[in-house]
Amino acid sequence: MAALQEQDRVTTAPATAVRRRRGPSAAAWVQSVFLVVMALISLVPLLAILVGTFQDGNEVIRRGMTFDVDLAALSLDNYVLLFTDSGPYFRWFANTLLLTIGQVAGTLLVSAFVAYGFAMYEFRTKTLWFVMVLLVMTVPFEMLMLPLYVQVNDMGLADTYVVIALPFLASAVTIFFFRQYFLGIPKEILEAGRVDGVSEFGIFFRLVLPITKPAMAAMAILNGMLCWNNFLWPLLVLRSPEKFTLPIGLNTLLTPYGNNYELLIIGAFFSLIPILILFLAFQRFFIEGITAGAVKG
Amino acid sequence: MKQLLYSKRLAPYLFILPFLVTLAVFWVVPLGRSFVMSTQEVLYGQATFIGLDNYTRLWQDRIFWQALFNSLRYMVLTLVLLIPIPLALAALINSGIGSARIKAFFKASMFVPALTSVVVAGIVFRLIFAESDTAIMNQVAEFFGFGPVRWLRGDVTGLVALLAIALWRWTGVNMMYFLAGMQAIPTEYYEAASIDGASRFRQFVHITVPNLRPTIVYVVTISVYGGLAMFLESFMLYAGNNSPNNQGLTVVGYLYRKGIEENDLGFASAVGVVLLVIVMTINISYLVASGTFKKEAA
Repeated sequence: MAALQEQDRVTTAPATAVRRRRGPSAAAWVQSVFLVVMALISLVPLLAILVGTFQDGNEVIRRGMTFDVDLAALSLDNYVLLFTDSGPYFRWFANTLLLTIGQVAGTLLVSAFVAYGFAMYEFRTKTLWFVMVLLVMTVPFEMLMLPLYVQVNDMGLADTYVVIALPFLASAVTIFFFRQYFLGIPKEILEAGRVDGVSEFGIFFRLVLPITKPAMAAMAILNGMLCWNNFLWPLLVLRSPEKFTLPIGLNTLLTPYGNNYELLIIGAFFSLIPILILFLAFQRFFIEGITAGAVKG
Repeated sequence: MKQLLYSKRLAPYLFILPFLVTLAVFWVVPLGRSFVMSTQEVLYGQATFIGLDNYTRLWQDRIFWQALFNSLRYMVLTLVLLIPIPLALAALINSGIGSARIKAFFKASMFVPALTSVVVAGIVFRLIFAESDTAIMNQVAEFFGFGPVRWLRGDVTGLVALLAIALWRWTGVNMMYFLAGMQAIPTEYYEAASIDGASRFRQFVHITVPNLRPTIVYVVTISVYGGLAMFLESFMLYAGNNSPNNQGLTVVGYLYRKGIEENDLGFASAVGVVLLVIVMTINISYLVASGTFKKEAA
């Protein structure tokens, strides 16, 4: 038991050689079968929606999502519909893309800026404000939505993209993550910059930002995903159908009045594609970004 | 201007200024406003002070208690499911045995659901838990010898569907949290324990779990908050904020109904304040009990 355990913890060449000669143990087989079964169960909903995209939409609503389908009845009609006659769908798609890019760029810049202040300087009220960052992380947005909604209406900012993004540009989780990252950057860089006569902000923009790419990637992915999927706040803010984002638009298709079930299934599936492609390409950054909140140590 | 850019004393405040402004404009003011509105009757923009009447009304409101019960029940059950299961899976992945390739496939497959929006997840699960005997969950039910179940009509079966969404979306994420925590535990601890003859299970209980405490505290905290604030899963699963006998109504759902749908802002604010107090009380007492603050002070 102990030998087995050590073998994998420190994967040295001789240890792997030993294992290869012996072949996988019974325990390893059981584990592998279990993991594969669990993985497949986890993929069932996605496979179900994929199968659904080849079925008649009203049929899916009537029979539910199922793998029990008549193969002869499957068709590419929904795909044709999506690309030829999907009404506002690609408008929603473009809106979501625009909003996501804008909001992510803003969030990275503003949050990194704030995090830099917390990481690189000593000042009297620092602890107080940093505790505020942590506190903000534990207040659910759902509790804020009503007064924020009232406030936005009073300010006459409803139905604008700016107000969807603005409250979340200084994002607590992102600030927290960047701060951790900046703490690992040697302060000598700052001193060198000061000696060369670079301003405090010049140091941030010209010397520090360029070396934060890995942290930027993780946070771009996390925030990108959150924006792409954002639902509740845009649902409250947006009024005009031409400004709808994908989640809002898809939701309108689900209501009985939407009466466009072909588009609902294929549209829901298609909205996953950009994120899935990004995930396959940048899996490491996804996991790093989404688990960023966990306090290390 | 130049002085401003070069001042080392002023710089930190300018750097954190965007956060301070956000905090003031989008957190403190709205939250304060929530407290004020909860003591008012707000009708067509006209606010009248009515003291604690909204809270009295809330106390006597049967539907509010039902919503609170639903939220608490959901939170407790997600804690019961979404801490031990991901923890066990992470331990399994972190164990020495098994193929690395299969583990990578497993991790990716468990993580993918977290990428879906609540809208897509809701649409899919609504149709997987459809009433028709051909829907996936009814085929599973049939396999175990049950007739077609009208999942979303029944209180308990509806809850099963809600929990299925939560399990599907968050098992992988929580597992990754635990895995990250486990990989930070020095291997010497395990080596020493094996030399002393401790079994794998004993090692898990006496080394892994205590060393994972910060991660567990974090996951519990976000789960409490996520569980009590649950709304959209129910909103999507029931295709709106109305479920049979309000079985899917949560506190936030009630806040949404009163505040947004019925425009009863004063009363809805009182709901929000009560929810905030409950979440903060649970989280702060949990953090105190688990010794998190003590560690930070030291």
